[in-house]
This record gives sequence, structure tokens and C-alpha cells, in this order.
Amino acid sequence: MSQLIPVRKIYDVCIIGSGAGGGTAAKVLTEGGLNVVMLEAGPVLNPEKDFKEHIWPYELPHRGAGVGGGLRYQIGDEFMAPNGFWEIEGEPYTTAPGSTFRWFRSRIEGGRTNHWGRIALRFGPADFKARSTDGMGDDWPITYDELAPYYDKVESFIGVFGSKENVPNSPDGVFLPPPKARCTETIIKKACDQLKITCIPSRLAILTQPLNGRAACHYCAQCGRGCMTASNFSSSQVMIPVAQATGRFTLIANAMAREIVLGKSGRVEAVSYIDKTIRSENRVYAKAVVVAASACESARLLLNSRSTSFSNGLANSSGVVGRYLTDSVGNDLAGYFPQLEKMPAHNHDGVGGMHLYMPWWRFGRKNDFLRGYHIEFGGGRDMPGVGSFGGVCARNEGYGVSLKQKCRSSYGTVIGFSGRGEMIPNEKSFCELDPNVVDQWGIPVLRFHWEWGENELKMADDMHETFRSIIEAGGGTVLSNPFPVQRPRISEGGAIIHELGTVRMGNDPKSSALNKYCQAHDVRNLFVADAAPFVTNADKNPTLTIMALSWRTSEYLIDQARKGEI
Amino acid sequence: MAANFISRRSVLKSLSMGAAAGSVLRVIPLEAAEYVHHLIADEKAAKAGDYMPKFFPPQQYKTLQTLCETILPADVDAGGAIEAGAPEFIDLLTSENPEYQLKLGGGLMWLDSTCTDRYGKSYLGCDAQEQKEILDLIAYRRNAVSDASLSQGVGFFSFLRDLTADGFFTSKIGIQYLGYIGNTFLTDFPGCPPVPGV
Repeated sequence: MSQLIPVRKIYDVCIIGSGAGGGTAAKVLTEGGLNVVMLEAGPVLNPEKDFKEHIWPYELPHRGAGVGGGLRYQIGDEFMAPNGFWEIEGEPYTTAPGSTFRWFRSRIEGGRTNHWGRIALRFGPADFKARSTDGMGDDWPITYDELAPYYDKVESFIGVFGSKENVPNSPDGVFLPPPKARCTETIIKKACDQLKITCIPSRLAILTQPLNGRAACHYCAQCGRGCMTASNFSSSQVMIPVAQATGRFTLIANAMAREIVLGKSGRVEAVSYIDKTIRSENRVYAKAVVVAASACESARLLLNSRSTSFSNGLANSSGVVGRYLTDSVGNDLAGYFPQLEKMPAHNHDGVGGMHLYMPWWRFGRKNDFLRGYHIEFGGGRDMPGVGSFGGVCARNEGYGVSLKQKCRSSYGTVIGFSGRGEMIPNEKSFCELDPNVVDQWGIPVLRFHWEWGENELKMADDMHETFRSIIEAGGGTVLSNPFPVQRPRISEGGAIIHELGTVRMGNDPKSSALNKYCQAHDVRNLFVADAAPFVTNADKNPTLTIMALSWRTSEYLIDQARKGEI
Repeated sequence: MAANFISRRSVLKSLSMGAAAGSVLRVIPLEAAEYVHHLIADEKAAKAGDYMPKFFPPQQYKTLQTLCETILPADVDAGGAIEAGAPEFIDLLTSENPEYQLKLGGGLMWLDSTCTDRYGKSYLGCDAQEQKEILDLIAYRRNAVSDASLSQGVGFFSFLRDLTADGFFTSKIGIQYLGYIGNTFLTDFPGCPPVPGV
């Protein structure tokens, strides 16, 4: 009698992570005919149950403040789309002495695309040529022109509104019409015109017209809560359903990847993961692996995938995995604009984000620092929420009808500005495995080292002065901090949630982990498709570039598979 | 602008029909959202009646209510903090958070002790003039600079003021009082209405 040998299911590709990069890869690879399995460390998204769109604060017992008020003054409140966290119970990370770093992670289908600001900016030609331009950092192994067709594809598919402006190094894209400006934005636009600061319609991945079966935005300003009509972009509602419709897609939820397994041939052959629901290890086999777990999580997975061939971590013969970690430079300032007190009550909601923004307007000029930043701004008659009146209470103090009236007259009169600038990678900012700490799944955790450079500090100061001049030109006054606490000069590392660069690409295998297709120099059937491959952290939010790169990598992977190379 | 507002019901209908038209996308029928919405409203209606504080003892809760209403009182334009449910909101959060229990529970004790020292009565036992006198002391940071013995009271009052504002301005009457208009479905965003000077 012949013995029964269980058939081992081997997928064409295993994608680790379901966010911007993983979702894009899933769509392109499955539509290209490949059988794909995806590991997601969190649960499946259930918008019906998980989204709190159109709920009023008073309809929730905690009014949005969370149990015990734990979410007051936090980046997200109870209304936020689910499972995005600064701290995850049982899944810690550490920071080296003297370093501060914050790491926003998401554990749910779609990852942080459920929570992001939908700001969809192309990197510009100079952003790929940093070293050639100013001698700092490195050039990418690809040019803007090589990536541009993929930006086109992504924008055409996901829908991005914007306007053709020809701003140097902030390329135009394939745009839906932008929404009209709010009152607050009209005031700031005028101030910027006076100061010769470029202020143009923003570029957000929100539909102002129906697209590919998705309804247009209904202007409730609640993108961050998750959108039931999928009128904004999230991987969970836009990419993954398309992959599922091909019939060639398997999603394994609650699966925390622990190690990528190297086969005897020098190629990866499987991924070991923890099934969180039963706390036990499992393994899934594939002919190729696409790591898209988010830049630091992807670096962590490679560093944890050690073998005799790769004692420092998989695909890390260069030693760069975890290095070149950057985040955006952040600085904030708010102003009070008395003319807004006279504004009649009106619907100010709009899309869930700014309708106008300021791209870097001093490109190519001589500045006190290298590179640049863009400005985001918001405020006005937004839906009141927990924490909305902390500032006015602190400034006015007292109590009674006069306080109540002051709250009302100042409602909607504050406009806040945030700068988002480019950080140049430095040797002191990186992540590595903490030798002493594992998470609840037994997986060694990351330890972060962080230091801003002088260029970043100068840039943050410049942002501050620019905000001040815009506020004053707009007829406002800078809101000073009523407490005797110094305003931080620059954001904390990681706080802007643009951490990237930890598995960087390049032409030289000695100084980079991935080639120009985000394929590991060391292991030809291993790819990275999130922000880890980025060589620079330009003054543009990374998500659109993650998707364009992932799309390009996926097409290359399909081509390699057809040629029998993988 | 009124033409831009279409009935919620008709939007729900058109959106869910669009979703059914052969799309592979996981677009959620908005009836589901509305269902949840009603569920919460019903639940709230059922809870109406006398509120039983979860954390504060009855006497302290009365002091809390009085303070909340004093911070944001009813006036000709709108009801005050009590009608807005601010004390319930604060009690719920406090019942779940040991730090709040210290700050607010301890703060209320501090207030009563201080009133006893000054007037020989608890805060609620004081007359309106005495209550105003002590509140005028702890409602401003500058008083703690000139008299350090007030600093705990100033910290307590500032925290309670923030929470009262949270509770009031997230309530239905608070949101109406501010004149927030939105959280609805528009087919087009009209932009800034014409206002001189903007």
C-alpha cells in the first residue's frame, strides 16, 4: 500500500501586510493571474460594525473620549477607524537611552490606510536625486520618470482630487476636480498670496466624482472614521475586494508573521506566523514573498529571519536593514482669526481633510537649510468634540455665562498649521532588535534610536516663523501657550507616522538591501512593498509613492514569474 | 444652499442601490448605519430617569452637579451643563479612571475642607456669596501664584472646567448652542458663503 502524503499547498505569492503596499500588490498580482495568500496581523475589517460614521458624540456614552477619558487629546478618539494604536497591549517596542520615538501601528485588514489623512502627493524629480542635488543622503536607483506611469495608474484607480499647477518638484497627477475652499481656507489663501506663498487645492485620495463603482464623497468630513461608501481610499475597501473578486486571493487574518523561511536553494519558501486566535504557530508556503508590513515591522521581520546564510537577518548581507530610519519633520502653530467670529452658521464640513495646502514654494532657492516642507492647515466650524474647548477654557478661565458665551464666540475661529518636512537620514536614527524583550507572541521587538539633525531643527524653526507670518498676514494672532511649558521645537521621532527607509533600495548591494525593483539583492524571490525601500523621505506624504512602487514591483514580479525566474 | 441638502432617507436609498449594482466593492448599505443609530437612540431613551452615579457618593455628586452648572449655566440661549448630561459623562469617566478619581474625588474633598476652614460649612452649605468667593479664587491660575495654598484647588477646577466643557459642547444642546451645522449628506460642497471681509 502506498503511503498517503499530505499535499502541501504552495501559493504563488505570500504578501505580509494588507495596507497600502500589500493591498496594491494583492490587486496587481491577482489580476495578473497569480495565486496570492495574504497574512494580516489583525482581524478582518467589518465597516458595518467598526465604522462610526455620522454618529454624534452624544450618542456614545463616553462622547468619543474613550473608557476613562483615555482618548482625550489623543490623535484618535472613539470615532476613529478601528485598530490604529500608539501602544498595543502585549506588543511593545523599546527606545534606547536618550532616544524618544513613537510608533503608530495598525492591526486590521487595510492597516493604516484606514486611518491616514488621504494626502496623496507625488514625489518630485529632485526627490529621487537627493545626493546629485545637494550632496546629502543618496539618490534612488530609479528616477521620477520611471515611477510616473505608476503614479498615473494608482491615481486613476483610487481617485485623487487636485489641480494642475506646475509647481516645481511637486508634480501634477491624474486628478478629479477639487472641492471648493472653506471660509478658513479662503482667508489663508489671501494671506499666502500676499506673502507669495503658493497655496493651491490639496491632493487627497477622496472621490469628488463616482469612480469604479464607488460613490462620490458626501462631504461629512469624517474620513478618519472610515467611510461606509468607500468614497475615500483605504486598501481594505478598494484594493482587497478587487483581489478577492479574482478568486485567486486568500486572506489569513490574525496572523502575525514571525519568520520568513529560507529554503535550501537560497530562496525563501515559506512564512511562519502566529495564529493569534489559538496562540500557535503555523506556516504558509509560497514561491515568492512580498513583505509589506510597514517599514519598521518589515525590517523587524527580516532581522528576525536568521539562518546560517543570513546570521544578521534575511537579505541583510549589507547590514542596512533597520538603518536610514527617517520620519517627517513636524511643527505646529495655531492662530485666532477674529473675523471668523462674524461668520454666520454654515456647513463647513467638506471632505475629511484640507481643501487647500501649501506645497514647498521655495524649491531651488537659497535657504538656511536643505530640502523643504509643505504646510497643512485646518480648523473652523468643525463638529465639536471632546477637547475642542480646552484651549479657550485655559485662555479665558473663570466660569459662568461669560465663559459659555466666550466658547461660542470663539468657536470656529482657530486655524492650525502643521509643517511636514524632509529629514535627511543620519547614523544615529535606526531600529534594531532589542536583545532583551519579546512580545507576547515570543517575537523579539524593535528598539529605536533617534536623533534629529541640525538641518531638521533649522527647518522646524523656519516652519514656525512661516506660520507666524501667515497668521499675522491673515489678520489673526498667534495663540500662545497659556501654560509655562516650552513648545517643543520639533515633533518627536515617529510622531508624524511617516517612518520609512529601513530596507532601502539601491544599485549597490553593499549599501542597500533591495534592487531597483524592490527585490532583495540577496534573495531573488523576496520583495519589499511598503515604505521601507524609500531612499529619501521627501516633503510629500509617503502613501501614494508606496502604492506606485508596489504596483511597479508587482508588475515586475509577474513578469519574472512568466519568465520562470521565480 | 438648501438645494444641496437632500433627505437622508433618499441618500441612503440611492447609495445602497448604487452599491448593489454589480460592484465587487464592499460598500456598506447605509441602512445598517441608520439601524445602529436608532439602536443607540432607543437605548438612551430607555435609560431616562434618575441617574445613579457610578463613582461619586450622592452628596459629592450633588456638589459635582452644582459646580458643572455653575461653570456652564443655563441662560436665555440654551440649557446648562446638567441638561447637557455633563455630570453623568464626568461620573462615567471617573468611575473608570483612578487618576480622575484622585483629581476629582480628591478635589471635591479639598473644596469642602477649604470651605469648612473658611466658612465652617461644606461647599453646598455655603451661601451664594461664599460660593462665589471661593470659586473666584480657584478659577484663575494667577491666584495660585499669589497664594500657593490655592494651587491644588486651581488645578482641580481647571480640570473640572475642561471636562464640563467636553460634556456640554458634545451634547445635543451644546452643539446647537454653538451653531454647528453638518454631519450630513451633501451632493456638493458649497464652499464659503459670501461674507463681507472673508
